Formats: sequence, structure tokens, C-alpha cells
Amino acid sequence: MSDDGVNHTRRRLIGLTAGMGAVGGAFVAWPFLASWVPSARAKAAGAPVEINISKLEPGQMLSVEWRGQPAWILNRTPEMLDKLPGMVDLIVDPDSLESIQPDYAKNKTRSIKEQYLVLIGICTHLGCVPLTKLKPGLAEGMEADWRGGFFCPCHGSKFDLAGRVYKNVPAPTNLVVPPYHFATDTLIVVGVDPSMSIHGAEGAKNMNKKMKENLSGSKG
Amino acid sequence: MQKLLEQSLDWVDARYPVKKVWDEHLAKYYAPKNFNFLYYFGSLALVILVIQIVSGIFLTMHYKPDANMAFASVEYIMRDVEWGWLIRYMHSTGASFFFIVVYMHMYRGLIYGSYRGPRELLWIVGMVIFVTLMAEAFMGYLLPWGNMSYWGAQVIISLFGAIPFIGDWLAEFIRGDFVIADATLNRFFALHVAALPLVLVGLVFAHLVALHKVGSNNPDGIEIKQNKGPDGIPVDGIPFHPYYTVKDIMATVFFLILFAAVMFFVPELGGWFLEHDNFMPANVLQTPPEIVPLWYFTPYYSILRATTTDMIYVLYGVTVAMAILTVISVKDIRAKGATVVVAAVVLVALNILQPKLWGVILMGSSLMVFFGLPWLDRSPVKSIRYRGWMFKTALTIFIVSFFVLGFLGTQPATGLNTRIAMVGTVLYFLFFLLMPWYTTFDKTKPLPERVTE
Repeated sequence: MSDDGVNHTRRRLIGLTAGMGAVGGAFVAWPFLASWVPSARAKAAGAPVEINISKLEPGQMLSVEWRGQPAWILNRTPEMLDKLPGMVDLIVDPDSLESIQPDYAKNKTRSIKEQYLVLIGICTHLGCVPLTKLKPGLAEGMEADWRGGFFCPCHGSKFDLAGRVYKNVPAPTNLVVPPYHFATDTLIVVGVDPSMSIHGAEGAKNMNKKMKENLSGSKG
Repeated sequence: MQKLLEQSLDWVDARYPVKKVWDEHLAKYYAPKNFNFLYYFGSLALVILVIQIVSGIFLTMHYKPDANMAFASVEYIMRDVEWGWLIRYMHSTGASFFFIVVYMHMYRGLIYGSYRGPRELLWIVGMVIFVTLMAEAFMGYLLPWGNMSYWGAQVIISLFGAIPFIGDWLAEFIRGDFVIADATLNRFFALHVAALPLVLVGLVFAHLVALHKVGSNNPDGIEIKQNKGPDGIPVDGIPFHPYYTVKDIMATVFFLILFAAVMFFVPELGGWFLEHDNFMPANVLQTPPEIVPLWYFTPYYSILRATTTDMIYVLYGVTVAMAILTVISVKDIRAKGATVVVAAVVLVALNILQPKLWGVILMGSSLMVFFGLPWLDRSPVKSIRYRGWMFKTALTIFIVSFFVLGFLGTQPATGLNTRIAMVGTVLYFLFFLLMPWYTTFDKTKPLPERVTE
């Protein structure tokens, strides 16, 4: 016994017991917390989708559901493409350095084939679906100097015809380009990179791995 | 018969402190005798809590927390379940009335200084209840799986994505999927009907325990316990039961009449209590033209939306001005140094972090500042009755800002609206940030010995 009547051995053992209890508590808490992450079923539901674009005329846009999100395919006219270089001054990130897209879409048109723009139609601000305002000027109810693109009604973010975000709007980065490739000239597969489009076990394994990596980045 | 009852009570009392609890919290709990209209809202909040729990339990008997069935099951409740429409309208009307009552209850605390010592902890527990209630309301709002439910949840959960490094992971963790999905609905259901109500009831219990430890404040903001009669009972105190129980029952009757009027005649209240966009099922591919939360969240939503690139410059100004003011006012050299360091860190953070994240920070702070009230207020008096023009002006500006922000939160975030929301946001925060100064310099009136009639 010590001078002040405190049994230090007991105190130490009590502390040790409490500490072990806390460790045990943490172990018990783990399964409960882990149960909140996307389940195997939710991950499996992220399968790629195939879109036939043979009937998509220049200037038209298609919206399909991929992983519960809208994926857009826009067939850009030459006039639309001609406008892109002139947008640079209005755009926050014209070279897509801060934005999310596969390396093969990190170029001036943000696409594999210049003509076809593939985007996740979810605003990078807070996840609304922007409205499609492809026609320039007043035609779409925008201002007279509008050059065509996308407009998010929630908080007023604007994007050009390559999904690049305008300056002084709330969205911080360009619209996300999902992984995709052209299976044939008229068939786009959203959700699979060109490098992983080989069939067979090896390809599928690669795809799953790559998709997992991409998942964290593909949200608005 | 009478004798048998008394004997039964004695039998129980020998095993459970029935009489002691009754006396301590009702029959011999002395509350100030000068309570006014605003003091009804505490007990009314309790009434609504019961309404929400009872109507909620009965809704779960028919509702299906499944993304494919949720919307239809709510329509089923509305059309096919006997009296289902009444139970659902009771719950939806109750949600809005809960916030009306709680906002009135908080306003009461604000003007009579009920947050001041010795009631700091009482106030803090109350604020935790308020924040929990907001989470409860937010999660409940997803359950009907209407389009506004879906996109409202999408926007609010995406807020977590603004946090650097862990944000995207955290948002995914909360959703349990890559978008708002069945997993999200299912877990929000569990939290809304089980976890958070349990927490709320526990917190309300703690709120009452804290209240009965320190005693109620009153419209004069003086402590009745400092003036006790020879019997040890505060001379300005009256037993809670029967005096205030009767009074509260009368208030409850009037309240329920009003409640029933809304519930039966205007349950949607023109889109304010039930939003029109929510009568369409959730659509993953189609955002409503304007995402608007229910009215009780709109002031905070406005603050979130007001924070654009331009707002960052305003925040620079506010930070520098507050730092200069603090350095001039505090005497301690270390406090001066600390102020400069904190201000410098904020300025650097304003440069580095995205406006999107600052929106989230400001929205969170707009709630968190309430926790600081007991220490920000330096006035020698508690009640607005004895305060000077400075506090009254500041409070008026704050209340106006709160309502203006609330209104703007329901409107499109266009140019002028955003500008006004920015001004409103700054004024909202200045009420708290400048409080140590204006409550110090304000000229107060002398406090009375006894409570006034």
C-alpha cells in the first residue's frame, strides 16, 4: 500500500482492464461500421453498359443509366467543336488538369473520338443533373452570349460543350468523363477502358480492379 | 377503496421512489411565477415528440423501406390504409410544427438569456437535441422516395464530399452505394425510426434533468433561488403542479386545435409542409428544376449557396476586421498573439480550400456558433427587458437576417438573391462574433429584486 491509501497495483490493473475493454470495443465496432460501405451487390451492379450510336445524328445527345447515374453521349457537330478552343478564357480548367477523366480523354476535346463526347451527367458541385442547353444564344433560354453547353439549375453552374466548367460558378471541376471505349465504330461501352476491352478472364479481372480504383473518383 | 389505493401506492413507493420523483419534479418543483406565452413551447415540444413517435410507429406498420416499393407504399398508406392519410398527415404536419415550436423555444432562450450561467449545459444539451432533430428530419424526408427526397439527399450527402482527402469515401460510406440507392434508403429508415428517436428521447431526458437541477429562467432573467422565504421556498416560485401543468394543458388544447386545422384542411400548406416535387417518384436521371429543402432548413441552405468565390473576399475582410478588433480589445499579450496566429491560419485556409468546402464550413458553423452563446454574452443582465439598444438592434438584425435567408433558400440562387444571401450570412454571423463587444458596452437597466408581473 502506498502513503495516500491508493493501491497502485489495483489502479494499474483497472487501467489495463479498461484499456483492453476499449480495444475489444473497437473490434466489435468494426463489423458494424464496415457494414455501411457499398455491399458486394452494389459493387456488382456497376456493370458496363453498351450504347449503339449508329442512329445518333450530329448535334443529338443520348442519356443512359450507368451505375445509377446518367451517362451522356453527345455527337458534336463540327461547329460545336470549332467553338471549343475559343472558350479557354471563360473556363477554369481548360486543360482538365484538376478534373477527373481517363488519360485517353485528357485532351482538348475531352474525348477519344473528337466527335463523340461521353460524360457523367452529374454536376461536380452537389450532384444535380445539369440541363442540356446545346444551342447558343437565347434559343435555350440562356443569355445572349451563351455558346452552348450544360447548365445546372440547382446552383447555376455552367459547362461548355466539352463539359468544362465556367469561371465564377460554384462547381469546382469539369464534368467527369467515365471510362469508355468503342467496341465497334457504332458501339460505345461505358464503364470499360479501351485497354481492358480484351475478353477473357484476364480482361475481366483487370476491369474489376480498375473499376474499383475509378469508383472513388466518379462522383459529383 | 381509497384505503386500498393508498396501500398500493405505499407498497410501490417502498420499492420505487414514486412520491419522491413526483414531488421533486412536479408538486414541489418551484418555477418562477412570471412565465409568459413563450414558456409554453418547451412542453409543446414534448407533446409533438409524443405525436411523432406514435404516428411514426403506425406508419412503419405499412411503409416499405425499399427503393422499388417505398413511394408506392406511401401512396398505399394515403389511399388504401384505413385512416392512413390521417396518420401520415399527422406525421408530416408534426415535423414542421416540431420545428416551429423548437424555433420559438430557442427564441425564448435567446431573448431572456436562458443560455447564461448556470444554464450553459442545459443550453448545450438543447442545441444537441436541435442538431439531432435536424438529422432526424433530413433522414425522414428521404423515406417517401419522391424526387425531391432523392435529390435533396443527394445534395446534402454530397456536402461531405467537399471534405479534403476523405470526402468522397465518406459520402460513399454514408450512402452505402455510389449514388443514393436502396442501401441509403434502408439505413436512413433504420436511423430515422430506431437510432435517432432513442437518442432524442435520451437527450430530452437529460435536458429535463439539467433544467430541474438549475431551475427555470424567467422573463426577468433573475434567479428566484436567491430570494427564498423562511420555508426555503423561493418567494417568486410556484409549484409546477398544479399551476403550470394546468396552464400547459390549456396551451396544448389551443395548439392541437391549430395543429388539427392544418392537418385536416391544408396538410401541404401550399408546398411549404409537403413539397410538390415530392409527389413524383425518385428519378435518377432527372433533377427537379429547383432543389429546395423544407422550410426549416432553408436559412442554412442559403448560407451554403451564398458561399461562392466572391464570398471568400468578404470572408477575408471579416477575418481581418475581427482579428484587429480582438487584438485591440484583449490585454493579454499571449491572447493577442494567439488571435494573430488564428487569423493567419484562417486567411491561408481561405486561399487554399475551395469555396465549395467553405460553404459547408459556414453552414456547419452557423449551427455551431449557438453552442458558444453562454460565453459570448458578457452582459451583466440576462433578459432583453433590462438590456440596452445595442443588444436589441443586434437581435433584430439577426432575426431579420434569419428570415431573409430562410426565404432566399426557397428561391432560385440567381445574381441579386445570392448577393442578398451573402449580406444576410455576414449579418447572421456578426450577431455572434460581435456579441462580446456590444454586450459589454451596452447600457443596461438595473435588475429588480423580485420578478415583475
